[in-house]
This record gives sequence, C-alpha cells and structure tokens, in this order.
Amino acid sequence: MERIWENHKLALIALAVVLAVLMSAVVIVPETQQAVVVRTGEPVRVINRFRPNTPYGQTGAGMVLRIPILESVQRVDKRVIALDMERQQVLSADQQRLQVDAYARFRIIDPVLMVETAGTEEQVVAQLQPILTSVLRQELGRRSFTSLLTAERGTAMTNIRNKLDRQAREYGAQIIDVRIKRTDLPDGTPLEAAYTRMQTDREREAATIRAQGRKDAQIIRAEAEATAAKTYALSFGKDPRFYDFYRAMQSYVTTFETGEGDSSIILSPDNEYLRQFRGTR
Amino acid sequence: MKRTGGYFSQIALAMAGRRSPWGGSSGGGDNGGNGGDGPPEDSGSGGSGDSPPPRGPRNPWLPGGGESGGDAGPDRDGPRRTGNIEDLFRKRGPEGPRRTPGGPGGPNIRLPERPGGGSWFPLVLGAVVVVGLGISMVHQVGPKEQGIVTTVGKYSRTLQPGLNFTLPWPIQQVSVEPVSTIRSFRIPAGGQEKLILTGDQNLVDLTYLIRWNIKDLKQFRFQLAQPEETINEVAEAAMRASVAERTLDETFSGAGRAEIEQRVRDRMQAVLDAYRSGIAVQGVEIGKTDPPERVVEAFKDVSAAQQDADADINRARAWAQQVLAQAEGEAAAFDKVYAEYKLAPDVTRQRMYYETMERVLGKTNKTIVEAPGVTPYLPLPEIKQRATKKPEGQ
Repeated sequence: MERIWENHKLALIALAVVLAVLMSAVVIVPETQQAVVVRTGEPVRVINRFRPNTPYGQTGAGMVLRIPILESVQRVDKRVIALDMERQQVLSADQQRLQVDAYARFRIIDPVLMVETAGTEEQVVAQLQPILTSVLRQELGRRSFTSLLTAERGTAMTNIRNKLDRQAREYGAQIIDVRIKRTDLPDGTPLEAAYTRMQTDREREAATIRAQGRKDAQIIRAEAEATAAKTYALSFGKDPRFYDFYRAMQSYVTTFETGEGDSSIILSPDNEYLRQFRGTR
Repeated sequence: MKRTGGYFSQIALAMAGRRSPWGGSSGGGDNGGNGGDGPPEDSGSGGSGDSPPPRGPRNPWLPGGGESGGDAGPDRDGPRRTGNIEDLFRKRGPEGPRRTPGGPGGPNIRLPERPGGGSWFPLVLGAVVVVGLGISMVHQVGPKEQGIVTTVGKYSRTLQPGLNFTLPWPIQQVSVEPVSTIRSFRIPAGGQEKLILTGDQNLVDLTYLIRWNIKDLKQFRFQLAQPEETINEVAEAAMRASVAERTLDETFSGAGRAEIEQRVRDRMQAVLDAYRSGIAVQGVEIGKTDPPERVVEAFKDVSAAQQDADADINRARAWAQQVLAQAEGEAAAFDKVYAEYKLAPDVTRQRMYYETMERVLGKTNKTIVEAPGVTPYLPLPEIKQRATKKPEGQ
C-alpha cells in the first residue's frame, strides 16, 4: 500500500481531483423538480421544465451535466404548490361580515422568470399571499352575503383566479385553482344573532306544531260530536214523543235509583202515579 | 443474473455458520461459527485454541480468535474449579464464551484461519456488497402495492405486484406505495364542533369521512407537493360549497344527505382530476348532522312539540271513539225498545211508566200530602241534605 502511494503520488492526486470534478459536474434532477442552470449569474437553460401532457420519463429529468464551478444549478419545485391564505374578515356588499378561509394552488411554469423575480418558491408564496387577500376582498365585497354562501360563488372564484393568475404570471407561476375553504360568521354579535335566529325559528316551529295538534284534536272531537248527534237524531227522530217519555223514564232511574239514592219525594194525591191509589173509577 | 447472485449470497450468509461457501476451499468442516449447535469438537478446538497462540495473522474483525483465549484462561486458572453449571455450559458450545462477563464488546465468534493465511476482510466486504446489491435490486411488491422506479431521478417504470428486479441502488431507486388500499380520514379529526353554513344561513354541525385511494401512482408522486393536505382542503371546500346549496332541514334529512355526499364526491373528483393528482375519491360519508350545541334545545323542543301534538290528537280520537260508541249504543237501545213499543204503544208506555216508578219510588223516602191545607212537617236538616224531587206528572 505505502509503496503504491510513494510511487504514484501525483497520479493518485490527479485521479482524485478528476473524480471530484466529475462528481460536481453531475446533477441529478428528480421528476418533482425543475432546475435552472445559471452560468455566472445568468440563467442559460432549464432542465426538466414543466410542460403539460409530457409523460413522465420523457420530461428531461434525471442525470445531467454541468460545467463545474462556472455553472450553478438552482432547483425549483415542479409540483403543484399550496398557497394558503390566512383567515380574513370580508365585508360583503350588504355590509355583512364573513370570515373567509381560502387557498390557491399554483405551479411554476417559467422557472427562469421565477428565479429572476422571486428567487424561491417561498418567495413566490410570500409575494402572492397579500395579492390573494386583496383580490379576494375586492371580489367578495361586491357580492351580497347570500350569494357568497351559495353556488354563485363559482363566478367569483373564477374572477379571483384570473386576477391572481395575472399577477402570478409575473413570477413565472400559474394559478391552477382558487377555492374558498370555509365561510363562517365571525364570532361575537353576528354568530350570536345567527344562533338567536335559529333558536327563535325553531321555537316558532314548535309552537306552530303544537297549535296544529290542538286544532286537529278539536276538529276530531267536533266531528265525533256531530256524528253522534246525527246518530241520535236518526234514531230518536222516528218518534219524538215516545223519545221524550223513554228518555224521561231513563232519567228518573238515573236520578233517583242509581243516583246517591237518599232522595225524599213529596207526592201530591193528584199525582198521576197515585191515580189508582185513590180508587177513583 | 445478478439477482440470483444476491439471493445466493443471502442464503449463504444464513448458512455461514456451518458451511461457508466462500470458505469452501478451506474445507472448513470445523468452523466454530455462529451455529449454535457446534459439535463438541468445536469447543475442544476452542479450548485448544487457548494454549497455543493463534497461527497466522489474527482476524482483526472477529475478535474471537485471540480474545477468547485470554478470556477463558483466567476462568480456568481461577480458584473455582468445581463443576459449576456455568462452567459446563461454557465448556460445551460456542455459546459459552459469549456469556462470559466482561468479555469483549462483540460476540466471540471465531472463524478459523484461512489456509493461505489471508484476511477474511475482502471476503466479508464482498459479501456485504453482494447482499446490499441484492437487497437494492430485488423488490417484492405486495398485492395492493405498486412501486415507482426512478433512474437517477428520472421516472422509468411502475412496478406491478410480484417480484421485481431493478438495477442496484445508486442507479435505480424504488418507492413502493399501497395503491388500491382505501385510506380514509375524518373531518374534523377530533370530536370538536364543526359548523358549516347552510344555504338558508343556518349553522349545522357536521362530520364526514373521506375515503380515497391512488389511481395513478406516478401522478400522485410527482404532481402534488402536499397530496394529503390537498385532499383535506379540497374536501373541505367541496363540503362547504355543497352544504351551502342546501337548507338546514335538507341536511338533516336522509335524502338531502345522500345528495350532499354525492355532490361532494363529484366536486372533489373534478378538482383533484384538474390537479392531475392521481387520486380517486371512493366515497364521502356524512357521519352526523346536528344543530349547533347552543341551539340544540330549541331543536329538541320541535320534536317534542310534534310529540305533544300527536298526543293531543290521540286523546281527541279516544274521546271521539267513546262518544260515537255511546251514541250508537243509545240509538240502538232506543231502536229496540221503539220496535216493541210500536207493537202495542199504550200498554208498553204504561208498563214502562209503572216499572220506572216502582224502581224509583221503591228506593226513596216518600211523603204523601193527603189533604189540602195540611202542611206536613219537614225535617229541615234532612231536607238540606237530601234533594227533593217531585216526579213530574203526566
């Protein structure tokens, strides 16, 4: 070993240097990245640039060579990147307040421009975030509260996307999508008001249901009474005079016999019942 | 070809205890390797290895050759010479020395010297390399999995389930991912309240479950920077948009919920496809839809009101049944009596009259005032208690 080192010292050092240079000349660009080759401060070429509809494997990713020292490589994400907006309070056209959470998704389509204007993806995100916020406020502020909630949001989102996209292009980015994650009523008075409205709404509903129930019950009772009256009339109407007698007899029994029974009756001798009692005729 | 080499080396390593393939030339029937079942002669050789210093250069990697001698020596020379059970074990097999307390750091595996007196180092190194190559070249992909092969960062192909072979590690890399396994996550993740605004500006507390899997692994791998987070946000946006199209009552009803689930799923899939995320949304299940906790009492009162109303109606129905039955009964009774009466009106009438009077007067106190002008004495306190009633005359 030692002898090899002694004899070929220079050759070995040269070999190591060549190896190191070769190593530094090789750049590996994975599928998820694009790479901008910068030669003495000037971007000269892009490796694995994003092109829609190019199948994976043919995009230019993989191992590439660069001139060591002279050329440096800056990597740029090729994937869809998230751009999250902080929760914002938005005032709708009818002066209602709404908490809005939105997000955007973008992709770097011009890495050279991106490197020149923003530098890194994080910078792009930082630049676009306030733009997204202001565009969102502008656009939603034109709409009424109810249309913000419902499907009409669709056109608002397209407008926001287009506006943001126009700005993003300056950074070499393309906005793929802007979406409102959530719209909420702000805490405090608006939320309380909503709760109160929901509560009173339900109270009204409950009261209505109860009243409806009482009404139905009353109708059922009245109908039964009517039917009963009809039944009585049909039956008793055949001979009202006899009914009067028949019912009176029933009534006497109910009152005197099956009643508490402690009744006293003072009879006059003229009473019809005592007619035979006197022995007349 | 290379793969088989890798396999053989793996197998070889496993069997190295007994018959090392690379040491085959040395005819090593007696290597006291790591095979626990070393024949007795092994221990003998170990013992004999103590007294004479090892021939040839020591194996620098496996300290066993030299050190075990120094180890076993003191033990043997020590005062404890009786047949201690530990001693027995120590003597027995290659396992013995390993248990020696205060032994050298590593296991005391000793390889016999190579016949040429050469070092084991190149062979071991070679074996490690071969095994390493084997591991990085052979990939087993499970039934629900797929793998992505990248050649120095560039996508080459997708591995299907089964045994797959690639070039070794620095050149090709493989990442295997379960593809058809359906993953799910719940929103909200914890049990907290999640309020969503409905179309009629009410709030509903709603939880749901998203089930998804990967439909295109390379898109999933290469397209999205944060795939899981993206699904989460897309789900959230889709759910809120779909609920906002419905009224509160519709979100509570079964049909409305099913519609919302379907809408969310379609929306999510459309958005994820637009992102080319390679994700398939398998289903959206709404777990619970509740009114917000603050107003839940009012909501309960609505169902209570429904019960109350039903109870009212039930009571009315019961009463109605009674009234009707009574009417029918009385009418029927009258009809029967009347039928009899029609046969002989006067007689029946008289008979009924007397019968009734009998029954009535038989049970009451009777006072008959005979002569006009005679005022009968009426016991007033009693009168107070008793109701006096004079039967109506004809």
